[in-house]
Amino acid sequence: MRATFSFSPALPTTISRLCLYVFLGVAMLAMIFPLAVMVITSFKTMGEIRSGDLFALPQAVQWGAWQKAWSSACTGVSCEGVRDYFWNSVRITVPAVLLSTLVGAANGYVLSKWKFRGSQLFFGLLLIGCFIPFQIVILPMAQVLGALQLANTTTGLVIVHIIYGLAFTTLFYRNYFVTVPDDLVRAAKIDGAGFWTIFWKILLPTAVPITVVVLIWQFTQVWNDFLFGVVFAAGDSQPVTVALNNLVNTSTGVKEYNVDMAAAIYVGLPTFLVYIFASKYFIQGLTAGAVKG
Amino acid sequence: MSLTINNLNKSYGNNHILKDINIHSQQGEFLVLVGASGCGKSTLLNAIGGLDTIDSGSIYNHDIDITHKTPAARDIAMVFQSYALYPTMSVRDNIAFGLKMKKLPADAIAQKIDEVAEILQIKELLARKPSQLSGGQKQRVAMGRAIARDPSLYLFDEPLSNLDAKLRVDMRLEIKKLHHRVRKNIVYVTHDQIEAMTLADRIAIMRGGQIVQVGTPDAVYFQPQNIFVAKFIGSNPINLIPATVEAAGNTPQVRLHCNGQMVGVPLPAALRAYQQKEILIGIRPEHISNVADDRKIKIRSNIVLEEKTGADTYLLTAWNDAEIKARCIPQTPTPTEVDLYFDAAEMLFFDPSPDEQPRIATGQEGVAGKDSKEQGNG
Repeated sequence: MRATFSFSPALPTTISRLCLYVFLGVAMLAMIFPLAVMVITSFKTMGEIRSGDLFALPQAVQWGAWQKAWSSACTGVSCEGVRDYFWNSVRITVPAVLLSTLVGAANGYVLSKWKFRGSQLFFGLLLIGCFIPFQIVILPMAQVLGALQLANTTTGLVIVHIIYGLAFTTLFYRNYFVTVPDDLVRAAKIDGAGFWTIFWKILLPTAVPITVVVLIWQFTQVWNDFLFGVVFAAGDSQPVTVALNNLVNTSTGVKEYNVDMAAAIYVGLPTFLVYIFASKYFIQGLTAGAVKG
Repeated sequence: MSLTINNLNKSYGNNHILKDINIHSQQGEFLVLVGASGCGKSTLLNAIGGLDTIDSGSIYNHDIDITHKTPAARDIAMVFQSYALYPTMSVRDNIAFGLKMKKLPADAIAQKIDEVAEILQIKELLARKPSQLSGGQKQRVAMGRAIARDPSLYLFDEPLSNLDAKLRVDMRLEIKKLHHRVRKNIVYVTHDQIEAMTLADRIAIMRGGQIVQVGTPDAVYFQPQNIFVAKFIGSNPINLIPATVEAAGNTPQVRLHCNGQMVGVPLPAALRAYQQKEILIGIRPEHISNVADDRKIKIRSNIVLEEKTGADTYLLTAWNDAEIKARCIPQTPTPTEVDLYFDAAEMLFFDPSPDEQPRIATGQEGVAGKDSKEQGNG
């Protein structure tokens, strides 16, 4: 008997599996390294950081940088950390997200269930809003806000976010409501429900998954915004993204990497948490078109 | 009159969907609008329900002009093909929704729901969501929602089309029972002529945005106004035989030939006016049989094909080169030639030359038919 050497049928699969996992593992490490370095660095003392090794764990967990970043680091002329700016961001994001979601839902409802002459054109024009780079609108928007006496106010910034969020929120809701049978609206009309009753009682309750998607989307957009924040808000009403930039770029004194890292994590934390807690609904919502009543 | 529609017109752009519709429906009548898809029957139903605007005409529900009223103010309820149950509400809330909109007190609503659940035997479903119901249960709940509104006019838009064949027959009976119980006016849209025949007090057959004929199931079956109606009604389509009217002495006659044989069929006197003209003779498969009967006309026919249904066997042959289907008593084995019998009184005659291909009135059609006042558009 001659010894035969052959691949078992399973072997190539195992090898390709192995390659896949190695690749995924490397990709995961590449993604997680920056975050890991940020977290590690934020807990180190400046002495440890200067000693060189980027990936070395801190000798002892130091909360000093976190405290400083929150309440006493210098962001430009004032030295009060990112705390106030963090709450600025909350004050901007919460109303901007809620209102743009609500108005987008109402828009989508009208554009799918109460079509009017020219509503397709209206929707088409609205979609252009998804493709306009924000840089283009800064100057005219500044003029409009000035004319409305809303320049450098949180209200003005919120309005800007609502308006630029509407293109996306309307698109999301319109595409969802199109999949809801028109007969529901007709049945409700015969039952005596009016325009808003149908919206609140019948259609919006069916739209929970898409609402989660829109809320996450808008939260990420508004919270992470830097451009509108730096242009349209001034001084005390600036969002935390702008404060982070100022903190990192403050050129007086020693560069405190641990404080920079802690501040950056503060800024990124809310979106991170939103994704962790809502990712299940996010995926459900994106595939929600197939859900039937 | 409980439902009156006068000269109703509706267009989408250049597309004239409903052309001068007139309907007069008696108290408690079950009226079925039937026609192929695109004939305007659903548009007409939507117009009655106020879900679609109309261009001209008027609609009265129990002598109240509802032409310009909102759907809710028309005292109607509607059952949809897609059931249209509110997906996030329980069955109970689905039924209650319209009553809440009417601002009925809570105890009256609860009582009404119990009543409806009793009638339709859906008590055990009240807490469920629509997604937890089968198709038949959904349709039951949709009917419950309609009954709870206690309207003077029910509108049904192809309510059985999404159900499987067996369930459709059961639910058909449910709807019929419901009508007997409430004795309210119903306008029911379907494309299924059997549904129309089994449910209707009167049937309105529509084509191209017009009502071709309104009549009792018997009237549209035995006295169809034209070839379109004759072909539309009847689950096995009517046989249409081309023939030329001849004079045989004083009575007109046609000759039918089959397999080289020739049989003369005497015609009613009214057909004298059609001498030497081509007409179409309509005779339904159920009026041709292999059961010997001396009073009937006999044609020896060669059998081209057979269709067995169990109780009956349908035999296919050709008379005057037109395909003929006959409902016969099953024979085993099926012979290649058989004597087929029919009664000339059960023949219908059509004039094929005008566009509408009308039936030629003879004054004797419709052995079991009702008086001819039933025909015609209102």
